[in-house]
Amino acid sequence: MGQQEDAREQRRTIAVLVDNEPGVLARVIGLFSGRGYNIESLTVSEVDPVARFSRITIVTSGTSMVIEQIKAQLARLVPVHEVQDLSTEGPHIERELALIKVANRGEARIEALRIADMFRARAIDSTLESFVFELTGNPGKIDAFIGLMEAIGTIEVCRGGVVAISRGSIISMVTAEGDEEDDPAPAGRVLVS
Amino acid sequence: MTSAAQPDPEPQTRMTGAAIVLKALQDQGVEVVFGYPGGAVLPIYDELFKTNAVRHILVRHEQGAVHAAEGYARSTGKVGVVLVTSGPGATNAVTGLTDALMDSIPVVCLTGQVPTHLIGNDAFQEADTTGITRPCTKHNYLVKSVDNLADIMHEAFHVAARGRPGPVVIDLPKDVLFADGPYRAPSAPRRTSYRPRTTPDQAAVEQAVDLIASAERPVFYGGGGLVNSGPEASRLLTEFVRMTGYPTTLTLMGLGAFPASDRRFLGMLGMHGTYEANLAMYNCDVMINIGARFDDRVTGRISDFSPHSRKIHVDIDPSSINKNVPVDVPVIGDAATVLARMIETWKRKGCQPKQDALARWWGQIDSWRARDCLAYSQDGAVIKPQHAIRRLFEKIRGRDFYITTEVGQHQMWAAQYFEFEEPNRWMTSGGLGTMGYGLPAALGVQVAHPDALVIDVAGEASFLMNIQELSTLCQYGLPVKAFIVNNQWMGMVRQWQELIHGGRYSESYTASLPDFVKLAESFGGVGLIARTADDLEGVIDEMLAVDRFVLADIRVSKEENCFPMIPSGAAHNEMLLGQDDRAEHETSDDGMVLV
Ligand SMILES: Cc1ncc(C[n+]2csc(CCOP(=O)(O)OP(=O)(O)O)c2C)c(N)n1
Ligand SMILES: [Mg+2]
Repeated sequence: MGQQEDAREQRRTIAVLVDNEPGVLARVIGLFSGRGYNIESLTVSEVDPVARFSRITIVTSGTSMVIEQIKAQLARLVPVHEVQDLSTEGPHIERELALIKVANRGEARIEALRIADMFRARAIDSTLESFVFELTGNPGKIDAFIGLMEAIGTIEVCRGGVVAISRGSIISMVTAEGDEEDDPAPAGRVLVS
Repeated sequence: MTSAAQPDPEPQTRMTGAAIVLKALQDQGVEVVFGYPGGAVLPIYDELFKTNAVRHILVRHEQGAVHAAEGYARSTGKVGVVLVTSGPGATNAVTGLTDALMDSIPVVCLTGQVPTHLIGNDAFQEADTTGITRPCTKHNYLVKSVDNLADIMHEAFHVAARGRPGPVVIDLPKDVLFADGPYRAPSAPRRTSYRPRTTPDQAAVEQAVDLIASAERPVFYGGGGLVNSGPEASRLLTEFVRMTGYPTTLTLMGLGAFPASDRRFLGMLGMHGTYEANLAMYNCDVMINIGARFDDRVTGRISDFSPHSRKIHVDIDPSSINKNVPVDVPVIGDAATVLARMIETWKRKGCQPKQDALARWWGQIDSWRARDCLAYSQDGAVIKPQHAIRRLFEKIRGRDFYITTEVGQHQMWAAQYFEFEEPNRWMTSGGLGTMGYGLPAALGVQVAHPDALVIDVAGEASFLMNIQELSTLCQYGLPVKAFIVNNQWMGMVRQWQELIHGGRYSESYTASLPDFVKLAESFGGVGLIARTADDLEGVIDEMLAVDRFVLADIRVSKEENCFPMIPSGAAHNEMLLGQDDRAEHETSDDGMVLV
């Protein structure tokens, strides 16, 4: 019997707080490749230079059983402090930065600027036959912008990957520094329900 | 991290990296290291020589060192320690590390590395050890500064042993071993991130106990986690099973966690498990999994695995929950702690098993048991492998014995025909299935238990894979007994080829086997051979009487198959009980691709 398994693929955005130490990113990526999980996007940067914490944002997809596996597998890595499933733990915001170069001439240049204006993209470089636009937004908005630019020129794209955070006043990603060693429920730690 | 406000309890002393390594090993209570020297670890070997503080067992191959450490760890409950050099030393250790990861064995493996300024230069005997071992360790470290060395050494032991145990590698560049640095004694772990949960959620325990009490056709299914948790877990499981009167089966890794002589024990389950254990799993209404991981060798075809049961899963590793099989009541925690809570809750609630239903269930189980699925007939002079193994067990029953195995049919027969009354007595490569495990593992067990009877139940093909360790046995006077069930085939491969590949025996016969008697003698041990059933008794007696290492070449019938067998891709109720069952069975295409 067991729980009914939901076989549908879901997209999830997961935040992982880790010790910023050598090999930690390789460990996370190796986990995904070794176990055959998808990575749609992965970003990482140090977020606390004193405590030396880095935050990794991973966009992945899978059935609910696979997603639970991914979270549990991440949580048991030694340098991992917390795993947060932003997609299910309340509302959250996702943003991505993209730089998009469009090479085109004539009328198409005007159109490019008009579209950029609508998307609040900034032209940060220009020649007589090209622009580089800087755009932030959720990944869907960037997809849409790229789709339009593709139709009116030759393009080159660089995307920064998804960064994400929960909405609201709660500071949810804190470490349980100084807690007892055998804390039955370390703060924010993924526990399988 | 030790904060600046708190003074160090012990004033720091400075010493070389190599001395820090040795001091940390001593402070961690390490008595023995299994190792093999080379350029990059010479400073540690120098320190070993000078201090004579830790016993070093010189193996003959680094894979052997890790398996020996595994045998040591599994038979004592302590962390096994390995010391190998850079490059080939480290790569040779990889199979052992993977084995320890798959079977959750606590091992700390120190590897030499080229000096930090040469890392990345393709220097002589350089290998990216942390890169190579990242997927086959629980955690690993490259020590770049001697200042961190003491903390890393202590943390490695903590990580290896805590939570779900596993192997940890510490890669030690040679310049770090020469440099002077601070030594800090073990204290509370520096790291704040790794805190495996050991105490269960009480609500989950209550829910589990309610389900256990409601069962009409229950079965306990215990695994290696019971052994890893320590002997208390086995004691508590036994207590709980006897309180409830429920039938109990164990995985390959769990054998010994419940006494085999107890009539509630159904034998091992899984691919070569007993008829009664597998049918109890298939037909149960409540399954209580304690410290097992629904491995594919156990479940068979997952879609038909125990289709009518509600499942409780107790595991210290949350990632084991709902990995292969969705469960109804997960309980995360250490097996002993959870069992103690379950027993306490059961008593507090005044739970009682449903006696009538349970009696009917036992009636059903006894009818399965009556099939006597492990029966064999030893007639004629040719020794049946089952008979050889069973007679060995009967002759040592009641003695202080430890059994290791290699991998193949003999391993499964040993699991079927030996009876273990307590944990830590049975060492086998379960998850990885590593041929060549048994001899070095036996070596490690014998080092830990010098006066005990340690037997490697071996297949002749597997035995050749780490045969160099005979030299180690001789050097240290370790009286390991290798009981070679010699069928001249890679029997398990031959069995699959017979059953699944139309009898096309491609490369599974070992021509030109050595003369094992002379081989034993050339390594300084005693060689014996049994060619007939009559020889067998005398050879076993003699093997047990000799106080040196013995290689007993037991010539058994060549084409025996191991039954019962759940063919790959089949379900528990599609078991083959013997040679005659075979014709009716066609392996499905899905099953063909499974290993
Ligand atoms: C290192 C390794 N290589 C290959 C295998 C695949 N394999 C599994 S059992 C087996 C045959 C073992 O033969 P033997 O040791 O004689 O045992 P038997 O099955 O005959 O009892 C082989 C080759 C393995 N498990 N491990
Ligand atoms: Mg063989």
